[in-house]
Amino acid sequence: MTLAYVLRRLGAIVVVLAIVTVAVFGITVVLPGNAAMMILGENATPESLAAMERQLGLDRPILTQYLDWVTGVLHGDFGMSLRLSLPVSQVVGDAFRNSLSLAVLALVTVTAVAIPLGVIAALRRGTIWDLMIGLFSYVGTAMPEFVTATLLLIIFASPEWPVLPAGGFVPPSEDFAGYLRHAILPAATLGLILMAHISRQVRSEMSEVLSSDFVRAARLKGIRERRVIWRHALPNSLAPAVAVISLDIGYLLGGIIVVEEIFAWPGLGRLLIYALQNRDLPVIQAVTLLLAVVYALSNLVADLVIAWLDPRVQHA
Amino acid sequence: MREILRNPAGLVGSFLLVIVLSAAVLGPFVAPYDPQQFHAASRLQGPSAAFWLGTDQYGRDLLSRLLNGAPATVLFGLGATALGVGAGSIIGVIAGVAGGRVDSIIMRVLDGLLAMPELLFTLLIVTFLGGGTSQAMLAVAVTFTPGMARISRSAVLSVRTRDYVQAAIARGESRSWIVGREVLPNALGPIIVEATIRVSFAIMIGATLGFLGLGAQPPSTEWGLMVAEARQFMFRNPWCVAVPGVAIAITAMGFNLFGDALRDAFDPRRRRI
Repeated sequence: MTLAYVLRRLGAIVVVLAIVTVAVFGITVVLPGNAAMMILGENATPESLAAMERQLGLDRPILTQYLDWVTGVLHGDFGMSLRLSLPVSQVVGDAFRNSLSLAVLALVTVTAVAIPLGVIAALRRGTIWDLMIGLFSYVGTAMPEFVTATLLLIIFASPEWPVLPAGGFVPPSEDFAGYLRHAILPAATLGLILMAHISRQVRSEMSEVLSSDFVRAARLKGIRERRVIWRHALPNSLAPAVAVISLDIGYLLGGIIVVEEIFAWPGLGRLLIYALQNRDLPVIQAVTLLLAVVYALSNLVADLVIAWLDPRVQHA
Repeated sequence: MREILRNPAGLVGSFLLVIVLSAAVLGPFVAPYDPQQFHAASRLQGPSAAFWLGTDQYGRDLLSRLLNGAPATVLFGLGATALGVGAGSIIGVIAGVAGGRVDSIIMRVLDGLLAMPELLFTLLIVTFLGGGTSQAMLAVAVTFTPGMARISRSAVLSVRTRDYVQAAIARGESRSWIVGREVLPNALGPIIVEATIRVSFAIMIGATLGFLGLGAQPPSTEWGLMVAEARQFMFRNPWCVAVPGVAIAITAMGFNLFGDALRDAFDPRRRRI
């Protein structure tokens, strides 16, 4: 992987994130009702509103406010939450850790299951296995998270047969087994859609590679089938799968909003919904920006992994 | 069309779409009961001869509610996608045809907008616009616009260098004639395919917004809202959440499968053996 390629990708990300800060700031500026009104309530007198706006710096030009905000963000200062009277960075930091652990758990489990599933489907193409895996992946992509979550709750958390908790959170440092028990259903909900995407992608790439000339050449050379699959076919079909996984992180970040809300998981998604309902602007800005940064970084990592798996893309 | 029906995915997809679309068109007329009518004596029941799919917490007939909600749910998906595809295609075609400075500025802005996860973007817009069906539809359309713009731009770019376009330029045809008669019709395929698949996303996002209380409002029988309203009672009668939930999944799957088959029909190279 050339340094120039890495630098070019990094440069592109910086530009994208700059645009994202404008978009995030812009959306919160156009939201009806400003921070002063949020703090003082609907019945505040115009005089007290004006005073509060001066105190918060809302009477300054938009550009100055934006630059101030960006400077603060770059120093890790997102301002104070309007509702929780805590620094936003602290509120968001805790939530971020909880979301991250859930997302990583879902992603790792899913990748570990989906890639073998896709490979099996490609190797047994046309058999009942292939059909079952294909069917599963179609059903998986068509279920919104809230439907999957609700059905899982009915099956695993009914009062008559409570296998798993219906929601809530235990810090892993206190009780790791309890943490896992609470994480299973949300992670499974997030995982279903991802599993469907990834296994379908691996299947289609793998079947393409398996019918390619170099795999035939490897077989004709008399290399054992297992080696053909593991050393020749699989590495060449993984690059597109990584591309799909990185796109799926976008779904994952969206899905986490709904899933955390349903399972009362104290992460970024639940925080965002709370902040949106209560118009807590600094929190909305921070969470949105953070999610966009995570998404951009995961795309960067994916691009680098793809370039490493398939050096040709660097010159495309 | 024959291509699509020969493909098993296309066959199943078309079948599901026929069911869903006929429910959307005829549903409210064939529903056995009024969707808001309370049957106090038979609340939270499973399927029976009187109530084919069971009843909810007020004893309302689930089948009737489902059929009455079908137009709202399907129209939401079609409407949001049409708006988003329309706006996105216009932007994408402008970028692709103009090229140069205009193109790179448009593309940078689109990259920035695409850097936000879809549902997050939609939620922000809905908060800005306020909850409700038409607001939610507009929000989904806005969310779809950057992605569709990018796809239509690349479709235009891939067509622009073809020989027949070069020939038209050499003939001295006007720019608008070339765009309207040579570029657009040939760039339409990928746009239609993407739009079909996006309808299923639009339906899923619309239902999710309904579920979160940011989309359709009671007493609407939008399916996501049906799930949300019945959630408290899901352990006493799983049918009242399962019925609308599965209906959403079937609708989304129908558009998905049909879109995939359409893609294979447009692009024979991708057709699987």
